[in-house]
Amino acid sequence: MREFDLAAEPVRALNAALHALPPDTNETHWRVANPQGKHAIAVGLDAPIEIQIDGHAGYYCGGMNKSATITVAGNAGVGVAENMMSGSVRIKGDASQSAGATGQGGLLVIEGNASARCGISMKGIDIVVKGNIGPMSAFMAQAGNLVVFGDAGEALGDSLYEARLFVRGKVASLGADCIEKPMAAEDRAALNAVLTRAGLEDVAPDEFKFYGSARTLYHFHVDNAGRY
Amino acid sequence: MDQTPRTLPRFSATFDPGTLSEIRRAAATGIYDIRGGGAKRKLPHFDDLLFVGASISRYPLEGYREKCGTDVLLGTRFAKKPIALKIPVTIAGMSFGALSGPAKEALGRGATAMGTSTTTGDGGMTAEERGHSNLLVYQVLPSRYGMNPDDLRKADAIEIVIGQGAKPGGGGMLLGQKISPRVAAMRTLPEGIDQRSACRHPDWTGPDDLEIKIEELREITDWEKPIYVKVGASRPYYDTALAVKSGADVVVLDGMQGGTAATQDVFIEHVGLPILSAIRPAVKALQELGLHRKVQLIVSGGIRSGADVAKALALGADAVAIGTAALVALGGNDPALEDDYAKLGTTAGAYDDWHEGRDPAGITTQDPLLAARLDPVAAGRRLANYLSVLTLEAQTIARACGKSHVHNLEPEDLVALTVEAAAMAGLPLAGTDWIPGGARY
Ligand SMILES: Cc1cc2nc3c(=O)[nH]c(=O)nc-3n(C[C@H](O)[C@H](O)[C@H](O)COP(=O)(O)O)c2cc1C
Repeated sequence: MREFDLAAEPVRALNAALHALPPDTNETHWRVANPQGKHAIAVGLDAPIEIQIDGHAGYYCGGMNKSATITVAGNAGVGVAENMMSGSVRIKGDASQSAGATGQGGLLVIEGNASARCGISMKGIDIVVKGNIGPMSAFMAQAGNLVVFGDAGEALGDSLYEARLFVRGKVASLGADCIEKPMAAEDRAALNAVLTRAGLEDVAPDEFKFYGSARTLYHFHVDNAGRY
Repeated sequence: MDQTPRTLPRFSATFDPGTLSEIRRAAATGIYDIRGGGAKRKLPHFDDLLFVGASISRYPLEGYREKCGTDVLLGTRFAKKPIALKIPVTIAGMSFGALSGPAKEALGRGATAMGTSTTTGDGGMTAEERGHSNLLVYQVLPSRYGMNPDDLRKADAIEIVIGQGAKPGGGGMLLGQKISPRVAAMRTLPEGIDQRSACRHPDWTGPDDLEIKIEELREITDWEKPIYVKVGASRPYYDTALAVKSGADVVVLDGMQGGTAATQDVFIEHVGLPILSAIRPAVKALQELGLHRKVQLIVSGGIRSGADVAKALALGADAVAIGTAALVALGGNDPALEDDYAKLGTTAGAYDDWHEGRDPAGITTQDPLLAARLDPVAAGRRLANYLSVLTLEAQTIARACGKSHVHNLEPEDLVALTVEAAAMAGLPLAGTDWIPGGARY
C-alpha cells in the first residue's frame, strides 16, 4: 500500500506518480490522505490500480479515468469521474453537479445524493445514485444507464438520446422528449447488470420506473418547433 | 394601345428578391434556413484598412533579400511543450463529420508541408488526421463527442471551444444525411438522426470553473500541452480577460464572417461581431494584463489573403486561422464543377448547403463516392501552395513597412478607409489624425 499525503505534497506530485505507473505495476494499492477538497485528484489514470481517497475531493476527481478503481471516502465536487472511459469510481458521500458528465464507460456509484446535471451528456457510462439526483440530470444523455434509488429533480432526461434512466422514487418532471416506457426484457437485464456490478443486488428491478427517449426530436420538423 | 409612359418594375431594397425567396421558403417549410459558411452580408472588414508603407520617415526592407521572420511560438505561458509554427497561419477546427476523411487528410498534408497545425472539431480525432498532421490541436467542445484521454495525450495542443464567430452562444448541428455509420459511432449517436450538440459545457459554467477545468486538463496531460480557449467575437475585451484569468496559454478569437458547417442563417448573419471590431479590444485586454505576446492571440473569420494576415497581425494578433479559404484551396465551390452545382440548384461560389452532405467537390460530405472525388495528395498540395502565398504576401507587406518579422507590424502601420472601420479598429481615417469612437473599455 502506497500512502500519499496531500497535506505534504501537491496534487501534481500525486498525478505524476500515478501517471508514471506501467500497466503491469505491482504498486496496485494507494491511499491518499488529506485531500482537503483539492481539485483534479487522480485524473487521467490508465492503470488497473485501487485508490482510496480519505476525505472530501474537489472538482473533477477521477476525471477521464481508465481502468483504475477509485473510492472517495467523503464527498466529491463538480464533475466527479467526468468522461470516464472504464474502471470505477465510488463516492461514499454526496456528489456535486455534473457527476459522471460525458462518461464513455466504467461505473460511477454515488452512495449519497448527486446534485444537478448528474449524467449530463453521458455516452456509455453506468451511474448508480443511492440517494436523490438534482434537476437537468441526464440532459442530452446519449448512452449508458443511470440508476437512481431516490428521487429525480426537474427536467429529467431533457433532449435524451439512447441512454436508459431508471428511477425508484419520484420524478419532479420530465424534460423534452423524455418519456416513461415499459421496461422490456433487455432494459431489465441492463438494470440488473448495473446493480450487480455495483454490488447492490438487494434491490428489485421492478421497484424502478424506466424512462427513455420518445425520439420525436431526432429529426427537425415543423410540428416540433415549440420544443426546440 | 396605351402609350402612357410607365416606370420600370422596381424591386424594394428592403424586400429584395433574396428576402422574398426566404419568406416563401419559410412559409413553405416552417423551419429556419440552415446552411454552412459564414456571414454573407457585406461587413466592415480588413479591406477597409490600408498599410501606409515606408518612405522617408520609415525605412523599408529589400523585398527579396532581407530576412522577414514568420515563425510563431504558441503556448509559452504554462505549457512544457509550446508549439512552434513556421508560418502565422493555422488551419481552424473543422470536424470529421462536417468534412470527409480525404478533406481532413488533405488539410493535414497541406499544413504539415508548410510547418503549421491543423485542428480537430466537433466529432473527435481520427487516426488519419493524427497521422497526416505533424501538429494537431485537439478540440474540447461542449458535446465532448469522441472525447478520449488517449487522444488528449496524442494531441500537440488542446483547444477548449466556448464558441464560434458564426454562432456565439450556439451549439453544433450535424444533420442526419451526414451521420454515417462511422460518424455515428465516433459520436455515440444513432445513425441518420439530426444531431444537435450542446452550446454549454457539461461540467463547468463560469470562468471560475473554467480555471479548474483547465487545471484538470493540464493535470491529465502532465502540463505538457498548450491550452487554447476559443471564443466567438461577442464581448472580446471581457472574454479575452476571462480566458486569460482562467489560465489559457492561447486565446482564439473568431469573428462573424467565420465559417460553420451548419447553423441557422439567422444566427450566422445577426449574432456576433465582425473580426475587424474584435481584435483591438482583445489585444487591449492582453496589454492591460501585461500578457500581450505572452498569451498568444489567434484570430479568424474571413481571412483570405496575405494582406488580411498582415492586417490582423498589425492589429496585435500573433497568428490567424483559416477555415473557408482552406476549403476553397482544397477545391470547394470550384467553377469546374458548375454542372454539379447547377443540379443542386445553386452555382459555384454560392454553394452553402454543406449540411446536406452532397458536396460535389467531396469536401463537406460523408458520401463515400463523393468523398472519393477529392484526391488528398493533390488537394493537400494546393493548400500548401495557398498557405505559401499567404505567407509571402504577408512578408511582402511587412518588408514594405520596414519590419524584419511579421510580428513587428503594428497599428501605426495602418490607416482606415472608412469612418466605420476607423472606429472599429481604433485607427485614424486615412489622411487625418482622427480616430472616431469613444474611450475603449
Ligand atoms: C466546415 C466547417 C466546420 C467547422 N467545424 C468547427 C468545429 O467543429 N469546431 C470549431 O470550433 N469551429 C468549427 N468551424 C469554424 C472554424 O474553426 C473557424 O472558426 C472558421 O472557419 C474561421 O473562419 P473562416 O471560415 O472565415 O476562415 C468550422 C468551420 C467550417 C467552415
